[in-house]
Amino acid sequence: MTEGAVLRAEGIGKSYPGVRANDDVSFAVAPGEIHALLGENGAGKSTLVKMIYGLVRPDDGRMLLNGRPHQPADPRAARAAGVAMVFQHFSLFDALTVAENIALGMENPPPRRALSARIAQVSQDFGLPLNPDRRVVTLSAGERQRVEIIRCLLQNPRLLIMDEPTSVLTPQEAELLFATLRKLAAQRTAILYISHKLEEIRSHCDRATILRHGRVVDSCDPRAHSARDLAAMMVGGDMRPIDRSGRQAGEVLLQVKGLSQPAPTADATALKSVALTLRAGEILGIGGVAGNGQDELLAALSGEIRNAPGTILLEGADLSRLGPEARRAAGLLAAPEDRLGHAAVPDFSLTDNTLLTAGARKGLVRKGLIDRPAARAFAQDVIRAFDVRTPGPETAAKALSGGNLQKFVIGREVMQAPRVLVVNQPTWGVDAGAAAAVRQSLLDLARAGAGVIVISQDLDELLELSDRFCALNEGRLSAPLPTQGLTLDQIGLMLGGAHGMEVAHL
Amino acid sequence: MIRLVPRTDTPALLQGSTPVLAVLATMLAGGLLFAIMGYDPVTAIRTIFWDPLFGPAASYSRPQLLVKAAPLILIASGLAVGFRAGIWNIGAEGQYIIGAICGAAVALAAYPAPEMWIFPAMVIAGAAGGWAWGMIPALLRNWFGASEILVSLMLVYVAQRIAAWMAFGPMKNPEGFGMPGSRNLQQYPAAANPELIVGTGAHWGVVAAVLAVLATWFLMSRHIRGFHIRAAGTAPRAARFAGVKPETLVAFCLGLSGALAGMAGLFEVAGPAGQITDKIGVGYGFTAIIVAFLGRLHPLGILLAGLLLALTYIGGELAQLTLNLPGATVQVFQGMLLFFLLGFDLLTRYRITRRIAA
Amino acid sequence: MIDPVALFLMLLTASTPILFAALGELVAERAGVLNLGVEGMMITGALAGFAAAYHSGNPVLGFAAAALAGALIALPFAVLTQFLLSNQVASGLALTLFGLGLAALFGKPMEGVKAPTMAPGPLGLHWIVWLGLLMVPLIWWFLNRSRAGLILRGVGENHDAAHALGYDVRRVRIAAIAFGGAMAGIGGAFISVATVLQWTEGMTAGAGWIALAIVVFSNWTAPGVLAGAWLFGGVTVLQLRLQAAGVRVPVQLLSMAPYLATIVVLVAISARQKFSRRAGSTAPGSLGQDFHALR
Repeated sequence: MTEGAVLRAEGIGKSYPGVRANDDVSFAVAPGEIHALLGENGAGKSTLVKMIYGLVRPDDGRMLLNGRPHQPADPRAARAAGVAMVFQHFSLFDALTVAENIALGMENPPPRRALSARIAQVSQDFGLPLNPDRRVVTLSAGERQRVEIIRCLLQNPRLLIMDEPTSVLTPQEAELLFATLRKLAAQRTAILYISHKLEEIRSHCDRATILRHGRVVDSCDPRAHSARDLAAMMVGGDMRPIDRSGRQAGEVLLQVKGLSQPAPTADATALKSVALTLRAGEILGIGGVAGNGQDELLAALSGEIRNAPGTILLEGADLSRLGPEARRAAGLLAAPEDRLGHAAVPDFSLTDNTLLTAGARKGLVRKGLIDRPAARAFAQDVIRAFDVRTPGPETAAKALSGGNLQKFVIGREVMQAPRVLVVNQPTWGVDAGAAAAVRQSLLDLARAGAGVIVISQDLDELLELSDRFCALNEGRLSAPLPTQGLTLDQIGLMLGGAHGMEVAHL
Repeated sequence: MIRLVPRTDTPALLQGSTPVLAVLATMLAGGLLFAIMGYDPVTAIRTIFWDPLFGPAASYSRPQLLVKAAPLILIASGLAVGFRAGIWNIGAEGQYIIGAICGAAVALAAYPAPEMWIFPAMVIAGAAGGWAWGMIPALLRNWFGASEILVSLMLVYVAQRIAAWMAFGPMKNPEGFGMPGSRNLQQYPAAANPELIVGTGAHWGVVAAVLAVLATWFLMSRHIRGFHIRAAGTAPRAARFAGVKPETLVAFCLGLSGALAGMAGLFEVAGPAGQITDKIGVGYGFTAIIVAFLGRLHPLGILLAGLLLALTYIGGELAQLTLNLPGATVQVFQGMLLFFLLGFDLLTRYRITRRIAA
Repeated sequence: MIDPVALFLMLLTASTPILFAALGELVAERAGVLNLGVEGMMITGALAGFAAAYHSGNPVLGFAAAALAGALIALPFAVLTQFLLSNQVASGLALTLFGLGLAALFGKPMEGVKAPTMAPGPLGLHWIVWLGLLMVPLIWWFLNRSRAGLILRGVGENHDAAHALGYDVRRVRIAAIAFGGAMAGIGGAFISVATVLQWTEGMTAGAGWIALAIVVFSNWTAPGVLAGAWLFGGVTVLQLRLQAAGVRVPVQLLSMAPYLATIVVLVAISARQKFSRRAGSTAPGSLGQDFHALR
C-alpha cells in the first residue's frame, strides 16, 4: 500500500535554537487515506506540516510526493505540487470578501465572475454553503473554515493538510466536516489530519502516526486502540488521575444578574443578560465555541469592562462599577486566556509580572511605591509552589514555555487566596503535565472554599473539573446543568448545534 | 544566510552601547557628507564635536551647552514617558510655544511691577499653557479616537501662527518703534530668568531639567504609575487587565509632556530668547524627540543625549562661523543620528546568527 | 463677486500636492506601512524637482527627478522598517527630520532663482493637476480590480496570512513605500515647480502631515482621498481669498485654517469610526505592525 503513497517522509529533522523540533521523522500517507498526526502541544506536528507546505525548510531527510522529490521553496511551490493546507489559526483576510480570499490562495485565479461560479459549484458539491461576496469579518468560525477548505478544494489537491480543524467547531459541525473529508477521500485525495482529540481520531481516521518530543513513537490503526492506549502513546506513560474529592457547595459567593453589554469592538461579541450563581467550594464550567463571548465575559467579571450597577455581586457587595484593582481587593480574581500579552507582559520579568495583579493583596505596592524585594519573594513563592521551570524570578515571561508560564499565571492568582477565581482556557496549548497541575490547583482552590469559574473550549476539561455546566452561545449563557450524566450530544446542542449548516441539507 | 532570532533578554552593556555606535556611525556618515560637499571631514567633525568644549573659543561656547541642553532635556524627559506607553506626542514644539506665550503673558500683564511672585507665577503659567495645549490631543483621542500624532502636530502649526500673531499684534512692544516682538523680559528683573552662576550658563531651566530627570526616573522605576506606563507600552491588554484605564494614561502622558515642554518654553522666553517673536519656536520640540530616543527613553540616558545634541547645536554654529558650513548641517546630523540609532536598536532586540544556506 | 468656476479651478490646483502625497500614502498604508515621513519625502521632492527643473530648464524632468528622489529618500525608512524591524512611527519621524534637514542643506544654493514654467494644459490648469486627477481612478482600479492590488491589500490586512500563502510581504511593502515616496515627491515638486516657482526652506509647511490625516479621513479609499484633498484645497483657497479681500482678521489667524480644519475633520471621521457600528474603521489590519517570519 505504501508503494503508491501520495506523501512519503524519510528521516526528516528540524532544529530551532535550543529545540529539536523534529528528529528522524518518517511516515507515509496513501491516496484516499485520512491519516492522523497525533501528539501533544509541542510534539512537533506543526513544524512537520509547515515543512510539507513549504513554510519551513527541513535540515535533514527528504520528502517524496507521488514518488518525486518534494522540497518546496515556498507555499506557492507546494501548492503547485498538489499540497493544500487548512490552518489552525485561519490564514484569512478579514476585510476582504470570500471570493477575494479564495483568489489570493490560487496561482492563476479565473476572472471574478467565473471564480464566483466555481465557488458556488464546489460549495454545492461538498455541502459547504458560502456566499462569495460576503466579507470574511462577518462570518462565524465554522464558515471561515469553509472558506479555507474551498480555497484548498479549488486547487484539486492530492494532499490536504488540516491543522486542528475541529477546535473551533461544535460537535455537530465537526460531524459535517468529516462527511466532507470522507467525500474527498473517496476521490482518492490523501488527507493529513492533525489533532490531539483522541475520540475524533478513533472514529474517523484510517491510520495514525504518533509524535512525541519531535520523534515518531508509533504508527497504528487508531480504530484498533482505546483512547487510553493512544493517550499513553502520546504522553509516554500513564497520567496521574485528578483528585476531585472533598468538595462541598457552601454559601453563595458570586451572583451575576442581567449582565448585558454591547460588543466593545466590531469583531467582539455582545453579552446578553447573562446570569449565574456560584457557591463556595464549587466549580462552574462554561463551555462554548470560540468567539461566543468568552473573552467579553472574562473582561466583564475581571473589571476590565465596567458593568451596569447591580449586575455583579460578590458576597452581597456590588462590584459592578469597580475596576480590576478594586475587584481584586474585594476577592474577585481572574486569569485571561492569552498568557502572552494579556495575563502577563511578555517583556517583563516574572517579578514585574507579579505587580500586574498582586500589588494590593500581597502588599507589593504601598502608597504607589513598589516594594521590589517583596515582589521578588512572591514570584519565588509562586515558582516554588507551582513548580515553574525557570532560571529565576528575573527571567522574562516570554522566555518561559507555554506550560510553565501558564502555571505561573494561574499560581499568581491562586496564591492570592481569592474568594472567586475566573479562568479562561486555563490549559490551552499547554503540555499534559502542566495541564494536570493547573487543573489540580483549581480543584484544590475550590476544596479550600473558594468559588471557581472555568471558561473553556475543551469539553473534556470541563467535564473533568466542573460540578455544573453551562454554555455560552452568541453572548447568551444557558441555564446550568449538573455535569454528572451529561452526554456529548446534549452539550453539542447547548453549544448551539451546527451554525448555518441547515442550508447544507437541502 | 543571516537570520534574526528574537532575544529574550538584552545585556545591559548592549543597551548602553548602541547609542554610542549610532553616534560613531553618524560621525562617519557625516564626514562622508562633508567630503562630498568639499569640506575637510576631520576639521568639520572636530569643529562640531570637539572645539565647543576644548577649542580656542571654548570659554564662550561651554556655557551655551547648558543653555541649549536644558530645554532639550526638559522636553525629552516628558516625551519619553509617553513614548514608553506608546503615546506619541510629537507636538512638543507647539506646547513649548504656547508655554512661552502664557508665561510671557503673565510678565507683560504685571509689567512693571517688581514683586517676587511674578517669576514663579510665570513658571506656573508656562506649565499650565503647555499642559492645556497637550490636553487638546489627549481629549480628542479619548473622546473621539483621533490620532494624537496628527492632532499634536497640527497644533504646532497653529501655535506658530499664534506666536506670530502675538508678536505682531497683542504682545507687540509699545515702546518697540513698531518692530514686531514683545518687550524684552531679560530687562525686566522680576520676570527675568538670569544666569544663576556666572560663566556656567545655568539658569532656572537647568535646575528644572535636573529635577525633571530625577522625577521621571523615580516615576518610571519606583512608582506603580510608571510600571503601568511601561506595561501599557509593551502589552496594552495586560495593562488594562492590571487595572490601567487607557484614557487616564493618555491624559497623564500628554499632560505631563505638555507641561514640561511649556515650562521649557517659558524659561527660554524669560532667559536666552528674551522676548516673544514669530520665531520663538526654534525646533527644540522636534530635536527633543531625537534626544528621547538617543537616551533610550531612560532619564539618565536623556541627560547625556541632551548634552550631546546641545553640543551639535553649538558645534554647528561654530562650524557655520569658522568653516562657512551651512546651518542646516546640524539638522541633517540629527536626522541621521536617529536613523542609525533605530537601525542599531535591532541588536538589542534580536540576535544575529549566521547559517549556511541549505 | 467671485466666479465659482474660477474658484473651483483654484481649488484643484491648491489640492494637488496633498492629493499626490495622500494617494501615495494610501497605497503604502493599504500595504500595512504607516509612513510618517511624508513631509520629509515631499520636501525632498520639492527641492530635487526644483533643482532638476532649474538646471535642465525642463519642468517635466523636474517632476521625474522629484519622483525618483522621493522614492530614494524613502529607502532608509524601508530598510529600517522592513529589514531591521524598527518601529514605524519613530522611523517615519526620522525620515521627516532627515528630509527636512537634507533639503535645507542642499537647498541653500537654490534660493532666489526662478523655476522654468511650462505651457498649461486644458482649462489653464497645470498638466500635473490633470495627472493627479487621473491617478485617483487608476489607484482605485489597481487596489480593487487588479491582482497585484489584491495581493497588496492582503499583505496589509494580515501579513501572517499573506506569508502563509507564500507572498513576499517585504517585497510588496518596499514597493509600496517607494511608490508612496515617488508620489509624495511629485506632490512636493508641484509646490516648488508649478505654483511657487521658487525654493524656500520648509516650503511644504505641513502638507505631508495633512496628507496623512486625509488618508484617515478617506477611510482608506482613493475617492475618499480626492474628497479630502478637495476639502483642504477649498479651505486653503477660501482663506487666501479672505486675506486678499482684506477681512479684519489677522493674517496669522486666517492661515491657521487648513490646520484647524484638519483637526476638525480628523475628529469628525474618527468619531464616526468609533461610534458608528455600521461605518467602522476600515484601517488595514496589519497597519503599523512589524513583520518577522521564522524560517
